[in-house]
Amino acid sequence: MQIEEILIAHKDSEKDSLIPILQEIQESEGFLSKEAVIRVGKHLDIPTSRIFGVATFYNQFRFEPTGKYHIQICRGTACHVLGSSTVLDVIEKQLKIKAGKTTRDGLFSIEVVACIGACGLAPVICINGEFHAKVTPEKIKQIVETLKNQNS
Amino acid sequence: MNFTIEVNNQKIEAVKGETLLDTLTANGIKVPTLCHMKGMIPTGACRICVVEQKLTGKLITACSYPVEEGMQILTNSPKVTESRKTIVELLLSNHPDDCLYCSRNKNCELQDLAETYHVRERRIRGKKNTHHLDLSSASIVRDPAKCILCARCVRVCDEIMNVNAIDILYRGSKSEIGTTFNKGLNTSSCVNCGQCIMVCPTGALTEKDHFPEILEALAHTNKTVVVQYAPSITVSIAEELGLKAGEDLNGIMNAALRKIGFDYVFDTSFTADLTIMEESAELIHRIVNGGTLPMITSCCPGWVKYAEEFAPEFIPNLSSCKSPQQMMGALVKSHFAEISNLKPEDIYSVSIMPCTAKKFEGQRKEMTQKGISDIDAVLTTREFVKLIQLFGIDMNNIEPQLADSPLGIRSSAGKLFANSGGVMEAAIRTAYFKLNGKEMVNFKIPPLRGTKGCKTAKIQITEKLEIGVAVVSGLSNAEELLKEIKNGRKDIHFIEVMACPGGCISGGGQPINSNEEALKERIKSIYKIDEKEPIKVSHKNPEIIDIYKDFLGEPLSHKSHDLLHTSYAKRDDVIL
Repeated sequence: MQIEEILIAHKDSEKDSLIPILQEIQESEGFLSKEAVIRVGKHLDIPTSRIFGVATFYNQFRFEPTGKYHIQICRGTACHVLGSSTVLDVIEKQLKIKAGKTTRDGLFSIEVVACIGACGLAPVICINGEFHAKVTPEKIKQIVETLKNQNS
Repeated sequence: MNFTIEVNNQKIEAVKGETLLDTLTANGIKVPTLCHMKGMIPTGACRICVVEQKLTGKLITACSYPVEEGMQILTNSPKVTESRKTIVELLLSNHPDDCLYCSRNKNCELQDLAETYHVRERRIRGKKNTHHLDLSSASIVRDPAKCILCARCVRVCDEIMNVNAIDILYRGSKSEIGTTFNKGLNTSSCVNCGQCIMVCPTGALTEKDHFPEILEALAHTNKTVVVQYAPSITVSIAEELGLKAGEDLNGIMNAALRKIGFDYVFDTSFTADLTIMEESAELIHRIVNGGTLPMITSCCPGWVKYAEEFAPEFIPNLSSCKSPQQMMGALVKSHFAEISNLKPEDIYSVSIMPCTAKKFEGQRKEMTQKGISDIDAVLTTREFVKLIQLFGIDMNNIEPQLADSPLGIRSSAGKLFANSGGVMEAAIRTAYFKLNGKEMVNFKIPPLRGTKGCKTAKIQITEKLEIGVAVVSGLSNAEELLKEIKNGRKDIHFIEVMACPGGCISGGGQPINSNEEALKERIKSIYKIDEKEPIKVSHKNPEIIDIYKDFLGEPLSHKSHDLLHTSYAKRDDVIL
């Protein structure tokens, strides 16, 4: 759905529909663009600074398009106990971007997610819907390298 | 309804509906606050105002707790003092605390609290803030590292100004105040009014410093350095220099400016008179010829940018007159340059303004002649006081002098620009004279005076012509009025808008922490000048008469249009 279609569906919505609208836009566009934020601001009569303030409060919103490979890193309890913070660290260092960002070549993006319900496989990451179980720093480096090579 | 509560084991009187803080303050009990803003709904965000409930030992925030009958409160128990001290220590734990190098050194609420609560060691060491400086704006510098997240700036920008350039971004320990997409202030809707600076307790918000450029210009002998000062300046610096608040230091200031090294000292109130000549002519022209009404003043650069962003449909209503600062700038580098045999590029033109938006206005591309800026640097009142101190001028032992002529004599009408309602009163005086050929019987228009956000009056200009006028200050009040006009209100013909509440006397460049009394004294002082001085109307200012005779011709002449008028357009370079 296009932004305009989403807003038409919300034509009588009040300010309290801000978050559902942002969620729908992100669902459809993959991220919240400057244009989307401005457009939603006009629609609901909310200043864009407020929208950005609300959106940055939540981890779920991103402001850059996702990469060709969207890497979700589970930071749930089980994954945490088994070292997901190191996993995140390694990926961030390898791709030279922080969580929530996209690499310049548009190939990779990182997202931190809460439990994705695969605790038995912890620590787990999910790339474009495909799960990678019991990842270790070495394993991740390998996965990323493979994907890079496929696209070089 | 009144009742008593017990505070520190003594009975004091309270009024139902007040907050505990109101009651304590009214009874002379001082409670520290940071996020609290008088007249606004409390947020209880900073918690520095905690007091102890005697019976339960619980700590409550005085600013947001409604007073209740029979309350028993301790305001200085060991628990309270300890908690407040810890809050200050926590605020300092990630603060750069480079006080010696901070422009708010000795004028900082955080520093004061650290002193009051006797913070003498670094008990809590946190990771220091590493947010980036935002130097993008022509007027305002943001240093989020020094921010304590009280959000007073956010509230003033929203509730008083209706601009909403900034908000709290991110979450928890990563929170910071920023613009949409955390970009520079220059691409935000910020109108540069500087009211955020006025409420900032620390050095997180300051004006863009023009100090070094001015010092360099003063040191360079090949440049002729001229200075102008806004009507409100002469009554706004006294308390900063240890004198009585509101005292008019016009003559002393002239002398001080010469001692500092300015070659020529001009009075912006002169061009305020000129603005009145042009603006009243424009108003009459619009009324007689069916032009766009209501006409709205355009001397406030904060308001002008607001209109360009949020109310572009009202741009045709804006007076085409430049502001007094820019009229002076234009005249200095044309008329004055000509009569003094100077090249415009050899003149360095400084203005002293109660305003941060004037820094932005001075840099607007419309305000140039042949690629040369009419105004080269703008000092706020605060910077001006620092300049006086830097040059070691003793304001107590200095003989008053007059400003330079021409461009230095004013009527008291020009001086009125300092107060909200002043432009309107001055304009009406001249418009009345132009249409009737005689002066008004009583110059004073009481309903247009005072600090109320929106003031209106009906003025009988001629037998047949009655006009409705409105004076608004605080941009949210302007927004309200514009809404009414959009919805069909037709009884208003002329509107004065000042972005800052109360007008320039409480502008964003004025001394910080001036109390309400000082503001009232400034207002009074301006009206006193108007009362006691003989020339009360712009059209009787002898220099105004001369400049039209020798140079401009008449109001709205070709030359006037060239130099003194401009046009504005909808802005699409900002994120609204």
